[in-house]
Amino acid sequence: MNENPDTQARQIMDNLTLYYGPKKKFVAICAGTGCRASGSLKVKEALEAELKKQNLSDVDVLATGCLGFCEKGPMMVIHPDKYFYQHVKVEDVPEIISKTVAKGEVISRLLYRHPETQKTLFREEDLPFYKKQHRVVFGQNGMIDPARIEDYFAINGYQALGKVLSEMTPEAVIGEVKKAGLRGRGGGGFHAAVKWEGVRRAHGDPKYVIANGDEGDPGAYMDRSLMEGNPHSVIEGMIIGAYAVGSNQGYIYVRNEYPLAVTHLTKAIADAREMGLLGKNILGTDFSFDIQITKGAGAFVCGESSALFASVEGRAGEPRAKYVHAVEKGLYDKPTVLNNVETWANVPLIINKGADWYNTIGTEGSKGTKIFSLVGKINNTGLIEVPMGTTLYEIIYDMGGGIPNGKKFKAVQTGGPSGGCIPESLLDIPVDFDKLYEVGSMMGSGGMIVMDETSCMVDVARYFLEFLKEESCGKCVPCREGVRRMSDILEDICAGRGREGDVEILEAMGKAIADGSLCALGGSAPNPVLSTIRYFREEYDAHIRDHRCPAGVCKALISYSIDAEKCTGCGVCVKVCATKAISGEKKKAHVIDKEQCTRCGACIQSCKFDAIHVK
Amino acid sequence: MTKPISVAAKTRQIVKKHGGGKSGMIAVLQDIQEAFNYLPKEALKTAAKAMNVPFSRVYEAATFYTAFSLKPRGKHIVKICKGTACHVRGAAILQDRFETTLGIKPGQTTADGKFSLETVNCVGACALGPVVVINADYHGQVTINKVDKIIKKINEEGAQS
Repeated sequence: MNENPDTQARQIMDNLTLYYGPKKKFVAICAGTGCRASGSLKVKEALEAELKKQNLSDVDVLATGCLGFCEKGPMMVIHPDKYFYQHVKVEDVPEIISKTVAKGEVISRLLYRHPETQKTLFREEDLPFYKKQHRVVFGQNGMIDPARIEDYFAINGYQALGKVLSEMTPEAVIGEVKKAGLRGRGGGGFHAAVKWEGVRRAHGDPKYVIANGDEGDPGAYMDRSLMEGNPHSVIEGMIIGAYAVGSNQGYIYVRNEYPLAVTHLTKAIADAREMGLLGKNILGTDFSFDIQITKGAGAFVCGESSALFASVEGRAGEPRAKYVHAVEKGLYDKPTVLNNVETWANVPLIINKGADWYNTIGTEGSKGTKIFSLVGKINNTGLIEVPMGTTLYEIIYDMGGGIPNGKKFKAVQTGGPSGGCIPESLLDIPVDFDKLYEVGSMMGSGGMIVMDETSCMVDVARYFLEFLKEESCGKCVPCREGVRRMSDILEDICAGRGREGDVEILEAMGKAIADGSLCALGGSAPNPVLSTIRYFREEYDAHIRDHRCPAGVCKALISYSIDAEKCTGCGVCVKVCATKAISGEKKKAHVIDKEQCTRCGACIQSCKFDAIHVK
Repeated sequence: MTKPISVAAKTRQIVKKHGGGKSGMIAVLQDIQEAFNYLPKEALKTAAKAMNVPFSRVYEAATFYTAFSLKPRGKHIVKICKGTACHVRGAAILQDRFETTLGIKPGQTTADGKFSLETVNCVGACALGPVVVINADYHGQVTINKVDKIIKKINEEGAQS
């Protein structure tokens, strides 16, 4: 036995990896929240039952976290051939087992079909959605059942921790992360190593390490999928960070809306403790560290560092002025490192593969990859991980497959309520922290919401300001009152009560609020308005001057009518109309009573002949 | 059968479970809400005493966070996601339909105590938008015409049990 505790840590991890991995024959069925909603858990049960029935006990079934292509759920990947099956139903299971699992035969109806060439594609990497991705962080989801720590061992899990504890000084760890140029994935893009260095140097005891899993940006769910799908990667990153800064206590702050993430993280923490990876004397060394989970309670502002600390301390999540930085006085006024979940998940990679490897991915100022949630009016919705510097065009058209139903692209919204809308003319910009900021938006946590010609940009600005009005904590006046007034003006414009000069007032207020607010919520609150004014001014003018909503969204400015040429008189719309505004004889063109019509959209959604027009 | 436990006793149990200190406040409130489906006034007063903090501190936290409700909530909680992805795919008109069908506005509960309507800023299932979460079930790509069916199904299931 090796008596030196320092090399022992590495030894233990090497043995565990050797013992458990790598797996060869297994079925990975996606059990992320999206696929669960599409019924993947029933498919998983059926798989297990059928394997037993067909006496194939050597084949493992992994209920994995999100595999990314949520649009196609429930989906599965069958190893070792790595066949990718989409929209799998319970009825398909016996055939999947008897043909694909037992004999390696492919079932073509379950394969993905290329929308243009109609060719069936066999593996994930063949699909246009996955082809250009570089899934170094997120790709691990497909190889592990997040509830089983041994699966994580099998893919070299906790190897980085073993290496750090036996071969690296805290300073060397910080040096490596610094060399890698890891920047915070939560939105700000602050250099992680600079924070770590600050906390290492700061006076004060204890020191804290926190993972920010309060993924509040609407339209973003990358962190959810990491916490649910690969909780150990976040935990391992945190332990390494704690070792680097000299902390013994960590917290993971998880959003209230993510119950599955809490379940998986709780299990992962308990398993890590049992294996001696958390708690006292980790892997036999004299380093001790433990993690506690704190659940949020539905407040967007708690993603902001000082508000998050207040919430962990059991108070209302109000930010404070940052004369003193969190690295010196954070949680309980002690030195604190706060990094986003995805940032932590990058740390084991950097340690395992080295900063030089990490530096080969990304752009000059933004290294590594970034996970984005590609959603909204786009064909292939889901989560993607791409090298920094990939262009918006590649993301939206190559991976996303463009806009559905032959509609025209209008804008892509990034950065959540702090970000902005980027128009078509800028689609060739490479996505990184600095470029997005230059065009008036920001990286944010990674939401990318695609909008087409039927999305109204004034309505989008109104939507975000209403969101921010509700989420403003109310502590400082510019944000509390200013955002409310901007929201009122936008509300008026959308309701047809806009006045000349409103846009200029919005611009002036936006600047004042950005300058005068206490925290980043207020500081960036005007962005959705200012960026839509910058790129889509004509839509504001159409609302104000012509009382017209060109996209057909703002209810007060639109009316519905039925195209007599297209209407077949089938009567479906009559049935779905809640206000009985539609009438007509069977098999003859119907009409809409505009007085009665509330423009709820039910008739449009049910008409199979595209006969109802919005003007 | 176990004896029903009083609100105060249950609250004291919860506070104890979270260490009794004020840093456990949010977790305590979450557990109280899970036990009673809302935050009863008596529970908040008991919690303040047990944690040795002014009642105003408890009330401040209880009203600051949107997840907490000071009013009793319905048996089934319908949460409409208002995230950006859901918004651009028609969450607003979906909300209108739920309001009409249930006859209540967000934050309200039907007179029979069966349904509460709530909105959430994002449930994080953006690829399936528009999303509605009822109790713990996620309903993806909900159209206006599915709303009545969803509610009807829950009513029928309720009638059977």
